[in-house]
Amino acid sequence: MATRFHLLQGNEACVEGAIAAGMKFYAGYPITPSTEIAERSAVRLPQVGGKFIQMEDEIAGIAAALGASVAGLKAMTATSGPGFSLKQENIGYASIAEIPIVIVDVQRAGPSTGLPTSPSQGDYMQSKWGTHGDHPVIVISPSSVQECYNLTVRCFNMAERFRVPVIFLMDEIVGHLREGCELIPPEELEINNRIEGNITGMTYAVSEGNYVPEFAAFGEGERYNVTGLFHDDTGFPTNDNTITRNQERRLMDKIRMRRDRIMQWEEKDCEDADVIIVCYGGTARSVMGAMEEASKMDFLKIGMFRPITVWPFPEKALEKLSKKCKHILVAEHNNGQMLLEVQRVVKDNCPVSFIGKIDGTTLTPDDILTKITEVY
Amino acid sequence: MDKVELRFTGSGGQGVIMATIILAEAAYEDKLQAVQCQSYGPEARGGMCKAECIIYDKPIMYTKVILPNLLLALTQEALDKYVTSLQKNATILVDSEINVPEPIKEKYNVISIPILESASEVIKNPMSANIISVGAVNEILHIASKESLEEAVLNHVPKGTGELNLKALNLGAQLVRNYKK
Repeated sequence: MATRFHLLQGNEACVEGAIAAGMKFYAGYPITPSTEIAERSAVRLPQVGGKFIQMEDEIAGIAAALGASVAGLKAMTATSGPGFSLKQENIGYASIAEIPIVIVDVQRAGPSTGLPTSPSQGDYMQSKWGTHGDHPVIVISPSSVQECYNLTVRCFNMAERFRVPVIFLMDEIVGHLREGCELIPPEELEINNRIEGNITGMTYAVSEGNYVPEFAAFGEGERYNVTGLFHDDTGFPTNDNTITRNQERRLMDKIRMRRDRIMQWEEKDCEDADVIIVCYGGTARSVMGAMEEASKMDFLKIGMFRPITVWPFPEKALEKLSKKCKHILVAEHNNGQMLLEVQRVVKDNCPVSFIGKIDGTTLTPDDILTKITEVY
Repeated sequence: MDKVELRFTGSGGQGVIMATIILAEAAYEDKLQAVQCQSYGPEARGGMCKAECIIYDKPIMYTKVILPNLLLALTQEALDKYVTSLQKNATILVDSEINVPEPIKEKYNVISIPILESASEVIKNPMSANIISVGAVNEILHIASKESLEEAVLNHVPKGTGELNLKALNLGAQLVRNYKK
């Protein structure tokens, strides 16, 4: 690519970010509105010495990507709601077997096949609770094409550093949006790689000073076991209560103890805002449009609080703001999912209202301003 | 500059999405801010198709067009559906086969040119109707430079059809100039 600046779709920028981060393997099953991620990966990966495989379904897509990751490659798969449901079992497997992987969910409307080409944010809770059992979760949500690029890099960094599945929770709004994007070359980006190591016979042992086991690429010397069962340092299953307790605690703590470094959010004009709107992903564009409109007229002061890391949820920052503002409005393209998290954090600090939309279109700036005048 | 908000409508397969991509890309090349998006049904061909593009010299917050200042309609169905929400003094660019009701002609700046016929008869390629439309829209609104627009067209048309499509681009502009006369 000749220049750094390109007009790209969010889906395309996601692939470019993945390539910049070092993705060498993609397996998946195309589904609207994520298909451009598969298409561009198919073109770009062979150019950088990587592999693209279209699998027979979404389950096989994530399974193949996990296999590639265990064998030492940075791997990604992408899908939309129906495929995201199918991938849940393997997301749990990646969590307990500590396999780095990036899973992109470009959300579309409705349960089941719903509205394939329309926006929604109905998978917010699923991105945390979709797979069974207690497990560590990192979910990141972009609101511009530039963020689709930059944050995909971050997803890979988190996945590799913490040996976890990281979910990139996009939506149709940003996935299909084209706008300018600076393709920052890898040498100017922070790129994290997995800590490689080889403790003979103890592939799941955590060495002093580390919070995850060092990674031995499967097939490169060390023979070891990978399992979805609780396992000891050798990787073989165990029923030992102490080992199980310690492993579960370490899996959760590797994220929980470092959440302050993981969480990112944006506060825009929150300082003296009467009303703060909480939103994420593509919905932020409707909210910023509303703020722009409001600034042109005699209106209340509106601020925006936008979690970029939507899980873990940046609760301390929101709690602080909720003690200063007069009202919080949560805007989502669903029936109120992050709303529950906001209510849990804000408690009685200020009133919390909600605006949602699920009809195949996006919230307009007008919808939001009208709602504010109704509730404030 | 005033914010340019374009809505291109037609039938799936006519290339209206591509037309907005080309205009957005050319404007971006000219250092303007541009966003482009589209809505379409699950069918690949024949469904109603709507593509939008906003061009501005400041950051663009909300990414969808609410009231366009230019509507392109390549089918009667598309005009009938989208003519109801336009900015005051908007321009409506339609194919000359489309029937535009008198009140609409009085209310808006209607430009009716033979886009589909010119694609088939002059360019000898019905698929070039979208490029003719791009040329016409840029002639009306002067969004992008000639160089950037040509480059954007060449980036997106199949190899071997470049010359033909540049001809289509110029023809679109020509049709608008002639219409003014």
